[in-house]
Amino acid sequence: MAVGSRVLEAAGLVRPGRLARIREWWEQEHVFGYGLILPALLLIVCLVAYPFAMAIYFSLSDYWVGSPGKFTGLQNFRDILGNEIFQRTVYNSFVFTSIAVAFKTVLGIWLAMLLFRSFRFKRLIRGAVLLPWVIPTALSTLAWVWMFDSLYSVVNWTAIRLGIMSPPGPNWLGMPNYAMTAVIAVNVWRGLPFFAIIVLAGLVSIPREYYEAAAVDGAGSWGRFRHVTLPLLKPVLAVVILFSTIFTFADFNIVRVLTRGGPVNTTHLFATLAYQVGLDGGNLGQGAAISLFLFPMLAAIVFLQLRYIRKE
Amino acid sequence: MDVGVRSRGARIRSAAFGYANVIPFICFALFPFYYMVITSLKNDAELYDLKAVPFLIQTGVITDHYRYLLAKTEFLAGYSLARLRFRGVNAFGTAVFITYLVPPTLLFLPLSQVVVWLGISDTIWALIVTYPTFLVPFSTWLLMGYFRTIPKEVEECALVDGASRMQTLIRVVLPMAVPGVVCAALFGFTLTWNEFTYALTFISQSANKTAVVGVTADLIRGDIYYWGSLMAGAILASLPIVVIYVFFLDYYVSGLTAGAVKG
Repeated sequence: MAVGSRVLEAAGLVRPGRLARIREWWEQEHVFGYGLILPALLLIVCLVAYPFAMAIYFSLSDYWVGSPGKFTGLQNFRDILGNEIFQRTVYNSFVFTSIAVAFKTVLGIWLAMLLFRSFRFKRLIRGAVLLPWVIPTALSTLAWVWMFDSLYSVVNWTAIRLGIMSPPGPNWLGMPNYAMTAVIAVNVWRGLPFFAIIVLAGLVSIPREYYEAAAVDGAGSWGRFRHVTLPLLKPVLAVVILFSTIFTFADFNIVRVLTRGGPVNTTHLFATLAYQVGLDGGNLGQGAAISLFLFPMLAAIVFLQLRYIRKE
Repeated sequence: MDVGVRSRGARIRSAAFGYANVIPFICFALFPFYYMVITSLKNDAELYDLKAVPFLIQTGVITDHYRYLLAKTEFLAGYSLARLRFRGVNAFGTAVFITYLVPPTLLFLPLSQVVVWLGISDTIWALIVTYPTFLVPFSTWLLMGYFRTIPKEVEECALVDGASRMQTLIRVVLPMAVPGVVCAALFGFTLTWNEFTYALTFISQSANKTAVVGVTADLIRGDIYYWGSLMAGAILASLPIVVIYVFFLDYYVSGLTAGAVKG
């Protein structure tokens, strides 16, 4: 340690060579601290901050694949705001995010409370429930494409068998509203485990005495949920909901594989539309402008998170 | 949430209620996988399923690079941010957190040009270079939370005994942080393996595709879907993740919780 070597030096035991001085410099807490974060800092600047600045530049130019364009100001934004497909995408993004997050929250709390009970095969059940979150989304969504197949949909088959649906049942991926429902369903299916597992961790941390006290005061199970569980879960719920909102809002995989934005561009989200315009269509400038619409949502979430953390 | 002493009947009723409610969730979670397996066993599977194998190797190479290059970066940064006190440490911690929240879909267009300029588009290097955008912030954040749970006194003892900071880090902190590092490595592997957006964007040559994109994009030819072989490919490409998942379930649960909640 720095002090150690200085003490030795004073006692005349060690002569400070150049190496020793470098070592002493390196042993200082702030130098060492900066040294350790340097690689990560470089990566973040080169691979996140710089591309983000590029995205802004792209969005202000008519940049096509293979031809660096010139500065055109806000033309791209004017173009996309007047575009019907883009307007539909904005609407889709908010509908998709709000419905999917709402379902994930409610079902997630319910599932977490179920998992909290003592079960036989507890680990097995948790493992099964978490599985959709672990399997590559693109691949499990592929299974959903097949399950929503226009001719052999197993979803329709099951629903007809159970008497919920009259044959032949909807063509899920072929009609706008049904396709949106399908996209939301798959997103809920995939995101639910994340909610459930984290809320479960929150439930475990609630002291049981609170429930006992509430029971003594005559609270029923709803009362206990309403006045003990929910208030104490609030911090965990806030974090999960904010996280989930940004990742749901920016979702790409599910729409890309399930509907490709179809039928006739009615299920696009910002990310898939940006891909279609920027890479399939080659108009990088406009694609970048579309993907930048993710940014206000990101900024809002970051703001809320930071305020929240500071409050803690 | 069972409170107080209850009769046997009430206990049985409560257990029945629990199972009756949890079973629909399990069916919902598992049915797509069940249907995948059934479909893959039915027909035309034998024709295509072996085509997924090169993709698997490809993904393996990428995750391997991840292990050697990045794990160190994240370990060092995570330690520094959790433990050391210096000017700007909080600001940088916040920056890591913000980049953790930046979705890959915000950056994939400019990054697609970056890999062209670097001359690595259409090679697996395009992915090795760009995956840190989400891996580094995530793992750093995860490890920061983990380092905070390790008692500081042990490190201080080592420093007082004359070990340098780097020695302390490697000989004292690292052995204690093994579960956290395992967790970060598991998530790094899973995120890399499952990644779709970048892999779809930066690689168009079949030979260099990752398992997930290879199966999704390459095994679909035109409008005819060979569902049997597609599902067989999907199972094959998910298998490594499933195997790891089965062995390390508890790490996944703890990592998931720490990554999100320690904020």
